[in-house]
Amino acid sequence: MASDTLAHDHHTDTHAGGSWKGGSEPFKASYGKLMMWYFLLSDAFTFSGFLIAYGALRFSMPSWPVPDFVFSTFPGGFHHLPLLFVTVMTFILLASSYTMVRAVQEGHRENKRGVVVWMMWTILGGAAFLGCQAWEWNTLMGKEHMTVTTNPFGSHTVSGTYLEGDGHDIKEGDTFEAGDSYLMHKHDGEWAPLKYTITSEGPNKGKEGKQTFGPKAFGALFFFITGFHGFHVLSGVAFLLIICLNSATGLYAKRRNGYEMVEKIGLYWHFVDLVWVFVFLFFYLL
Amino acid sequence: MSSLSYDQSKTIANKTIGILAFITVFEVLFALLGKGYLIEGFHISGWITGGAMMVLSIVKAYLIVYEFMHMKYEVPGLVKTVLLPTLLLVWAIIAFMAEGKYWGTSRSNVKNPVSQVESVK
Repeated sequence: MASDTLAHDHHTDTHAGGSWKGGSEPFKASYGKLMMWYFLLSDAFTFSGFLIAYGALRFSMPSWPVPDFVFSTFPGGFHHLPLLFVTVMTFILLASSYTMVRAVQEGHRENKRGVVVWMMWTILGGAAFLGCQAWEWNTLMGKEHMTVTTNPFGSHTVSGTYLEGDGHDIKEGDTFEAGDSYLMHKHDGEWAPLKYTITSEGPNKGKEGKQTFGPKAFGALFFFITGFHGFHVLSGVAFLLIICLNSATGLYAKRRNGYEMVEKIGLYWHFVDLVWVFVFLFFYLL
Repeated sequence: MSSLSYDQSKTIANKTIGILAFITVFEVLFALLGKGYLIEGFHISGWITGGAMMVLSIVKAYLIVYEFMHMKYEVPGLVKTVLLPTLLLVWAIIAFMAEGKYWGTSRSNVKNPVSQVESVK
């Protein structure tokens, strides 16, 4: 009997293709590729946590900075171009995702030159995106004085008439409606909230009011979420560079596995693009 | 690994990037149109533009994951282990948005609320 059982066990073991001995790929994907997928899944949860926090805080506030007012500057001193610059950024990232796809395709047919050239375009796209983000952050922090704890982008809750101008967009006597956005400026290093007369009906009609800061959480959420995404792009560019160099030296050609490393970094790179789709949606479009 | 030929996959990639670019332009124009930037005095309810853009973003996400990341050509087990866990997010989104609304109402119910905005120095 005992020997029978043993023989039976031995039989099932070989029948299962020796799964316990390794060598067989679950889901017909290599270990590295599979783990890249699960890493990206976990990363998706991290980003979701951030974006859900953004949504919950936004819903809890009576007013929120209007994105097409906040993000309306363009390099070269242009203003009042809502969403144009972030659309350019989106296109840069989309284009780099396309060049990544092409690199992976060239890898599948073992074309080293194609892989290296398309990866170099991808690196260029990633670097261009980072440059755009640096410009955007610099404008927000340096010129508009938004920080992690201070948000100068406010919205009016009443309508009224300004009693003074700020030397930028607002002149004395300008009127505004409830819901209109404004950017509070600094004069000589000090915040200079503008005074106005309230004209909307209610107990405060005719009284004087002044601009206040916008919801405080906006700055922190913006810098942490776009910063976390930007850090992903930055590390993506670093890995792309390493893998591009390794492809160029012929390391992956020797492995004869269709440039699988390129495919794996490709998954990561598309994920960064995927996250941007949702950052773009929540921060800029809604 | 897909069973597609080089030329087939190249055509798919070209088509996919075209659709993604088109959707992005459409989203931006629709957002600006809804908020009255394109036609003077013309607005669309934020619920309609917002809903449409969320649906379009999910279409974009589908195209990126299924075509660019080749999820379409993976075995069903891999697809399920990666995509099914994300369904948990559906409840997280519903619960936290409701929670956010609740924070807002309870804050406005507080008598003598601490100023919601930082006082100007």
